[in-house]
Amino acid sequence: MTGIIPSIKHDDSKVSKEKYAEIEKKIEAVRFREAYSSLKRHRVLFIVVAAVMMILCGMYAITIGSYTITFSEVYENLWYWISGTTPPDITKYHIAAEVRLPRVLTALLAGVGLAIAGTTMQGMLKNPLADPYTMGISSGAGFGAALAIILGFEIIAGGGIVINAFVFAVIPAAIILMMSKLHTASPTVMILCGIGMMYLFDALTQLFMITAHPEDMSAVYQWMVGSISGTDFNNVLVILVIVLAGSIALQAMSKQLNVMGLGDESAKSLGINVENRRMLMMIVLTMMAAAIVSFTGIIGFVGLVSPHIARVFVGTDNRYLIPASALVGALLLIVADIISRVVIAPNILPIGVVTSCIGGPLFLFLILKARREAWA
Amino acid sequence: MTELRVEHVDFSYSVKQILYDVSVTFDKPELVCILGPNGVGKTTIAKTLNKLYIPTAGKIYIDGEDISKMSRLDIARKVAYVPNSVSSAFSMKVLESILLGRAPISGYNTSEEDLDVVARIIDLLDLDELCERDINQLSAGQAQRVTIARGLVQEPKVLILDEPTSNLDVRYQMEIMRFLKDYAREKQIIIIMVCHDLNITAAYADRVILMHMGKIFADGSVQDVLTEENMKTVYRIETKVVQMDGLTHIVLNPL
Repeated sequence: MTGIIPSIKHDDSKVSKEKYAEIEKKIEAVRFREAYSSLKRHRVLFIVVAAVMMILCGMYAITIGSYTITFSEVYENLWYWISGTTPPDITKYHIAAEVRLPRVLTALLAGVGLAIAGTTMQGMLKNPLADPYTMGISSGAGFGAALAIILGFEIIAGGGIVINAFVFAVIPAAIILMMSKLHTASPTVMILCGIGMMYLFDALTQLFMITAHPEDMSAVYQWMVGSISGTDFNNVLVILVIVLAGSIALQAMSKQLNVMGLGDESAKSLGINVENRRMLMMIVLTMMAAAIVSFTGIIGFVGLVSPHIARVFVGTDNRYLIPASALVGALLLIVADIISRVVIAPNILPIGVVTSCIGGPLFLFLILKARREAWA
Repeated sequence: MTELRVEHVDFSYSVKQILYDVSVTFDKPELVCILGPNGVGKTTIAKTLNKLYIPTAGKIYIDGEDISKMSRLDIARKVAYVPNSVSSAFSMKVLESILLGRAPISGYNTSEEDLDVVARIIDLLDLDELCERDINQLSAGQAQRVTIARGLVQEPKVLILDEPTSNLDVRYQMEIMRFLKDYAREKQIIIIMVCHDLNITAAYADRVILMHMGKIFADGSVQDVLTEENMKTVYRIETKVVQMDGLTHIVLNPL
């Protein structure tokens, strides 16, 4: 027993078939299996706990607001909404079912969508600083919104800010995809193109804002800090369909995303068509982020920080990281929504500001507490 | 038995041609070492074998099938490539890193078979103790063994390794080489390895391919290829080749 590697411990160089058979019999005892099971249990546990916390926070968030309405009244009215019964107090019904419920659902869906888009972006670009806005989505959307608010320009008549923001959010990503097709769809090319698009659209927005009326400028600014108020069930339905479809598609590609984390060369030798896969992922996450941004404005930080927070608890396997990150993102936005309504009630803080204010310190705390090797 | 056939392959990086009319066939379960000075095209030829690089001319066939017409997944089910080094933006456990090698074979979920194969390779390469460590905590040598393990769990018919022992101490170099030689024979696979160490190659290789100026200069057994004349022509160094206890030893004369 002088060797380091068991199969070649013997002085003779032949590894007998008996030796392989013996090793195969011992497989059950290998420490690896225990480690793998423990890792899996730990991840599933985190996802379950995060899901429960998200549901509880969401249920509580519906009861928060400037209009006085008790906890039980909120849920009574939600029951009227679910069962289709005529409510005794139409105002309370309206507040609970038509104002607060869509608001909380928007927070949940926006958190899920931005976090999944951020996780995918960081994984496919192998860059911990990437988020859904890296591709210039937020800058494009901001420019689209500024066009609608300042110039009254609408791409589709009656589409307003939402359609403008969506179309202009997709344009930078489309340009990056074309550039990638002409050059190469490498992470560096994509990030550099994204930065280029970001500067271009930010500069154009600023150009309009310089000449804008102060009220319009304020409206553009309000839009840019993000808000989940004012969404109705029609908006929620659109966001739900796009976020659900995008999440399913990205979750289905999560194992390939794991392999892509090893680098393009290793991923190709493991059977992944890296460039095509990266472009497909980018199309899906752009549609998701653009749909959310067009309804909520720019809610920063969730897409960047949620994957990092989830990564501390579940590691880097995207099959678990994507759902974990989605739940963290939803939780972060729901809690931010509660805080934004409580701190200076009856006034409401912009949710984008609150997410950054609570996400930033939380993130720093986790970096300090996390295992040193969590980030390479 | 799998056959890997390279026919008249040229390869260029933009204007600089690296490979010139390379033709070679691998059709036996053996450990083949590719030797040659820096920049001669060793890694390039290794990377063309699984379509990481596309030849500018010529064809490569696996079991008679042209790899330029095969999907990456189909190639990955037959050929594994172990790079010299791997970097990852985010850390992961060693066991997860090795499990990724099963990607071409397994589906979305990790199956019992995947775990069996990985457990066996972890045991064979004595990686049990490292399983729960993060890959970024490993030494260069340990990381290299993990990368080799990832290639092996792919259960390839052809395993290509790019300088797999460059970060290992001499003991591990010898153990890995002996392991690979045995493994090729036991599992009836072709192992092709880009290598720099002449004596390690002489001790363990079943076949040696010596490259010179983008071409195959010599191809054959250790005794046939590692000769004083060949060393002088290819490396421009004076050596003394000694046969001792049935092994070839290359004694280097200082410059």
